[in-house]
Amino acid sequence: MLRLEKRPTPSKFWLYATPPVAVILTMIAGGILFALMGTNPFEVIRTIFWDPLFGEFAFYLRGQLLVKAGPLILIAIGLALGFRAGIWNIGAEGQYIIGAIFGAAVGLAVFPTESRWIFPVMIVAGAFGGWVWAMIPAILKTRFNTNEILVSLMLVYVAETILAKASTGFLKNPEGMGFPGSRNFSSYPAAQNAFLYEPLGLHWGGVAALVTAVLAYILLTRHQAGFQIRLAGQAPRAARFHGVSPARLVVLCMGLSGALAGLAGMFEVTGPAGQISIDFNTGYGFTAIIVAFLGRLNPLGIVLAGFILALTYVGGEMASTSLGLPDAAIQVFQGMLLFFLLAVDVLTNYRFRLAVGAH
Amino acid sequence: MTRAELLRPELLRVEGITKAYPGVVANSDVSFSIGEGEIHALLGENGAGKSTLVKMIYGLVRPDSGTMTLRGAAYQPGKPAEARRLGVAMVFQHFSLFEALNVAENVALGMEKPPPMRELAAKIRAVSEEYGLPLDPSRMVGDLSAGERQRVEIIRCLLQDPKLLIMDEPTSVLTPQEVEILFKTLRQLSREGTAILYISHKLEEIKALCDEATILRRGRVVATCTPRERTAREMAELMVGQALKAPERRPGAKGEVALGVSDLSVNSPIPFGTSLKAVSFTVAKGEVLGIAGVAGNGQDELLLALSGELKSAADKVRIAGQPVGDLGPTERRRAGLVAAPEDRYGHAAAPDMSLVENAFLTAGVRKGLTKHGFIDWGATRAFAEEIIAGYDVRTPGPDVAARALSGGNLQKFLMGRELMQGASVIVINQPTWGVDAAAAAQIRQQVLDRAGEGAAVVVISQDLDELLEVADSFAVLNEGRLTRPRPTEGLTMDEIGLMMGGAHGMEVAHHVA
Repeated sequence: MLRLEKRPTPSKFWLYATPPVAVILTMIAGGILFALMGTNPFEVIRTIFWDPLFGEFAFYLRGQLLVKAGPLILIAIGLALGFRAGIWNIGAEGQYIIGAIFGAAVGLAVFPTESRWIFPVMIVAGAFGGWVWAMIPAILKTRFNTNEILVSLMLVYVAETILAKASTGFLKNPEGMGFPGSRNFSSYPAAQNAFLYEPLGLHWGGVAALVTAVLAYILLTRHQAGFQIRLAGQAPRAARFHGVSPARLVVLCMGLSGALAGLAGMFEVTGPAGQISIDFNTGYGFTAIIVAFLGRLNPLGIVLAGFILALTYVGGEMASTSLGLPDAAIQVFQGMLLFFLLAVDVLTNYRFRLAVGAH
Repeated sequence: MTRAELLRPELLRVEGITKAYPGVVANSDVSFSIGEGEIHALLGENGAGKSTLVKMIYGLVRPDSGTMTLRGAAYQPGKPAEARRLGVAMVFQHFSLFEALNVAENVALGMEKPPPMRELAAKIRAVSEEYGLPLDPSRMVGDLSAGERQRVEIIRCLLQDPKLLIMDEPTSVLTPQEVEILFKTLRQLSREGTAILYISHKLEEIKALCDEATILRRGRVVATCTPRERTAREMAELMVGQALKAPERRPGAKGEVALGVSDLSVNSPIPFGTSLKAVSFTVAKGEVLGIAGVAGNGQDELLLALSGELKSAADKVRIAGQPVGDLGPTERRRAGLVAAPEDRYGHAAAPDMSLVENAFLTAGVRKGLTKHGFIDWGATRAFAEEIIAGYDVRTPGPDVAARALSGGNLQKFLMGRELMQGASVIVINQPTWGVDAAAAAQIRQQVLDRAGEGAAVVVISQDLDELLEVADSFAVLNEGRLTRPRPTEGLTMDEIGLMMGGAHGMEVAHHVA
């Protein structure tokens, strides 16, 4: 009989092998799913994973990769800091929305300024918006011991309602002929998050994501705050013994992840999305949870994982337009990735043993 | 053949038992026998294989090879229920009782076919009176002392009318008076023909109680002896396999007060914990204060309140006269206080982190291992290596996870971590718990050396012998209250027992009986 046995020390091999194994298992299980839906699984997998990089339209799609990966990486790094500390912010989607609204609102309030300072101020406003939204579950947790998973998640739906209100009400384009949605930032140069280098899809959000990854890596490995985050997640009582205040850590981690999600929302609304609209949010805040785990909660791993998930987004859109695959199939595909990741991850800390003699 | 074996018919014979776990042989070719009504000691250090051996006798673990016979018949219990049916019962070191249920309900839970509650309650009362173990069947277990809880476990076993009663370290939770009463009960059982397999590493107890002793070292039987005919020292050396050195105390002049605690009351943050009630004491430079007490009387809370994990009003705790009661662990370390909690896996150390990271856990402040918030891992590693060398920690290197080390080795590392920081106040809870005798002696010596250098030391321990060996003054923590510290010199065991709160209403029963 097979038995799971705890390893004396976590396996280095499986720590790194888990993500690729999970991706391969997802391809196999996803392929079976696509075959059952009546499409050629090899064609789908090729469309999702190969064509965006090397196919006919790769010259355009490659740029799209960083556009999608940027916000995923930015949000996932914030989430990973919290997850490392055992603080579960599941509501990044809401913080992303509020960050976008704050950032856009500051810009739209002074429309049509040409000041070069407006964009930096909007960046600060976006981060602040996400931070404020994350402080709600943080303070409720530290004051009343509420569960941050539930509160942050429910606040996503509150944020969506505010988003709807913003696009049909207080941020609506006065020259929009009654259509919902704010002014478009593409015709507001001072406040626009334009591409810095279009073929790569690089805009300020992408720059922020990559810089944040490096800073977060340094924080976790070299800085005392990073040590405290890791310690609190692994051994909460040892963390208190070390001198970490649990409440302060909750505020720090929730605040950081909220600010980064807000930042991502601000870069998105002023760049690729262009305007505040009812369906502005596309689930980056939730997909970033998968990115965080696929990247092993390690900032550098998250950069890699961000690109893999971006691939499923870009390739998935291709598959749905060229092969008629429903969008939901792609979401199932992404969900499978998290499932296999967590399943294979057991092998990092446990190993299978053939139980002999015992029963 | 000794006299005892000649007189008594054989009850249990263990022949050539071997049991291996991955990476360690717990028992290797172990043989011994117990006669009916014999009190037989199983003696050995932590990790000598005592627990594995009795778990095999009780049917919890199966031997790889070897045979057991019970009253001449082959005995291979597949599970504890089978062992109980054949008359083998066991009282574990850690009780398995539900605090929210009463005594009778707890006893009923352990039975396969419990009788109606009223009948059971009457039986419990009868057995408890017969053996001088007073116990009210209707009391909540949550309200009982550790000694009383042990009585529940013992009575639970006696109701099965066992032929062999296994007791695993039964006295570690008892006051000296309670130990005396337990021994009376055990001797009575022995006279009535029940054999007792008594596991301990406390030699004086074994000399006082046991007829025969089997001594284990590293999974093997190294000697059998009649404890009454041996000195404790002889048995200790058989157990450890080397000559033992008693720690040397340097008579240092006592200086001014380094740690002062006055009228400290804090609520316990632990469920079912004990709150501290108006605790006051002072420790001078160079002084070792020993705090005794049965587990669960506020020891953990006292450590938390001193380390800074539990805060109080500023003037309740003073280091060198400076109020620190409202400061957290980091600031207290800066002020010169280091602390070592009892629970190594998860409190004193992060099990999944490396020894280097665990060195940083408490030493960061005093060893100056950070610069502008950034950790100097090179210096931290050097400190970890210093501890490993200085405290003889057996590890492949400083990068292994703390949980990969054995309990004793990790304890040596953690003691080294605190004692090598040059602190002026040192607080330790259970310094040698689970550590082998040689390492324990080394740790005690290091504690005394720090005191000799002028540190004020508080040692909280349940091991009275340890406290008497290292402490200059002695106090007892009982239900969250601390007795007034007294000089250790000249204290008798009886006085200590009374300080520990006597025997929780048990004297009466035996005087009547």
